[in-house]
Amino acid sequence: MNETTYLEATRRALAAAMRADPRVLVLGEDVAEGGPWGATAGLVEEFGPERVRNTPISEAAIAGIAVGAAQSGLRPVVEIMFVDFVTLALDQLVNQAAKSHFMSGGQLTCPLVLRTQGGAGQRGGAQHSQSLEAWLTHVPGLKVAMPSSAADASGLFASAILDDNPVVVVENKTLYFRRERVPDLPPPVPLGRACVVRPGRDATVVALSRLVPEALAAADALAADGIEIEVVDPRTLVPLDLDTIAASVKRTHRLVVAHEAVEHGGVGAEIAAQVQHTCFDDLDAPVERVGAPFAPVPFSPPLEDAYLPGRAEVAAAVRTVLGRAA
Amino acid sequence: MQTEEGFELLRSMWRIRVFEERVGALTRANEIHGLIHLSVGQEAVAVGVCGALRDDDAVYSNHRAHGHALAKGAPPAKVMAELMGREGGLCRGLGGSMHLVDVEHGLLGATGVVGGNVPLALGSALAAQLGGSDAVAVVFFGDGAVQGGIFVESVNLATLWRLPVLLVCENNGFAEFTPRSAHTTVERVSDVVAPYGIARETVDGNDIIAVRGAFTAFLAAARAGEGPALLECLTHRLRGHYEGDPQRYREALAEEEWQQIDPILRLQRTLEVEGEEFEAEARAEVDAAERLARESPFPPASLTAELVYA
Repeated sequence: MNETTYLEATRRALAAAMRADPRVLVLGEDVAEGGPWGATAGLVEEFGPERVRNTPISEAAIAGIAVGAAQSGLRPVVEIMFVDFVTLALDQLVNQAAKSHFMSGGQLTCPLVLRTQGGAGQRGGAQHSQSLEAWLTHVPGLKVAMPSSAADASGLFASAILDDNPVVVVENKTLYFRRERVPDLPPPVPLGRACVVRPGRDATVVALSRLVPEALAAADALAADGIEIEVVDPRTLVPLDLDTIAASVKRTHRLVVAHEAVEHGGVGAEIAAQVQHTCFDDLDAPVERVGAPFAPVPFSPPLEDAYLPGRAEVAAAVRTVLGRAA
Repeated sequence: MQTEEGFELLRSMWRIRVFEERVGALTRANEIHGLIHLSVGQEAVAVGVCGALRDDDAVYSNHRAHGHALAKGAPPAKVMAELMGREGGLCRGLGGSMHLVDVEHGLLGATGVVGGNVPLALGSALAAQLGGSDAVAVVFFGDGAVQGGIFVESVNLATLWRLPVLLVCENNGFAEFTPRSAHTTVERVSDVVAPYGIARETVDGNDIIAVRGAFTAFLAAARAGEGPALLECLTHRLRGHYEGDPQRYREALAEEEWQQIDPILRLQRTLEVEGEEFEAEARAEVDAAERLARESPFPPASLTAELVYA
């Protein structure tokens, strides 16, 4: 076990996958130069420019090329630099990749991974800071993963590359340089298996991506008041591991769902609906949601800080479901 | 061209013509549902191109896909069954007219999103290139697709990476209901790609010998690693954009004018043959296809959930 970062774990997982399978290649803007954060650093030296392909700023064509390549026997990894730019590739992702197995009656498979990153907090303004994962979860045929730790960044990415379906991995830019102790190559994390990150008896907090470390910070603060929360990270949104979430709620009888995306129409609404359906008799309070307000991400630093949900909002929501609002 | 080769092209064009007319009739009889786009009049492009390809060459088609599928070797009964939504269809009834796929014969996709198929062909060509094969990928699109951004992105990447991809534009003069002149100031699609230095040619797309001649030259170059090409085929869509299109936007072609440009009649004049025998053969094939399609059951409702993920 050595200290490493979420980003370095991602890079190692990609390199390992490329070593293990010559069909794996990576395409994206500046990937041969390592990309803006270094997620593909050193890969062109090891695997050559045919498998580490710099592309023009043509998100739609890059995604479409990956679809055609995946349908023709390769296992492409496409990098879309910011999730905000996935808008440009959505026809290819939604209409071509997601439906090709289905519409071909099972003849085609489309084993591609689209890795991208989202999230605010770096003064990027409203077009470089969004959390758009809910859109992607609404499209049958796509799988969606959102790692919150270095081990999961590696393990979910490895599983995504091995999967025969199109998988979108949405990383979070503010988590990239957190240091964690993980094995050099953490094991693959199955898609569709949630993780109880911290056990607790009083309330369940299902948190996504950056809100996982925020929920853990909230847990420490609440523990000082004798409140023990259980933090569950679904890790993949599609498929969603409702069993693990429901089992936790049946123990704690209270649920908070927390994500950075705009609360309205967010994944939290889906999780809340599924839990109330499965656990109606177990719930002792209405499900609370934590998410961003219904507004674009503001640029001005104090406004962005105020906009972003974090540990304080999670702790407040927990106190609400416990009927102990501060 | 050898006579037997010419007969084969004629047979293939008649198959498409009779098949498409049957689909039109079945659509009007409410036996085929959905959005149906027929390629009557454009047969020379499908046959001139696909007839020169191997099964391991990939073809990507668009919303007007039936002719491409048949020309690439898809069995007419399976295409017909797909249009009828039957289990025995190419895609088990889950695709429909605009989404025909026949992997066995190299038809890797068709799309109802105009222009959305172009980069897929590049991806397939990339797989062939990296795999050391001399297979190529072909994408069919209409002149309407050329005004979309993804077309330009794809032409740029195809030339930059010298991909073995052949871009075949069926320029029938209309993008849906609107003439090309209302959409762009560039008359020829082959001129749109001029700055990229891509091999390009505009041919009379109703002259199958011209289509085949230009295409096979581009094909040989692509197989030899010389990169992509664009072939613009000027053709005529005899029917509306879709079945049921009242076509208020254009005058119907006079019968004698159509007889001059009909690709089937033209090849018959070149080969100095009458068409009856070929037409009758096609009719028998399409009759059998229709019968087999009708005999195929609708798929079980459970199929919908079964095929969402691989």
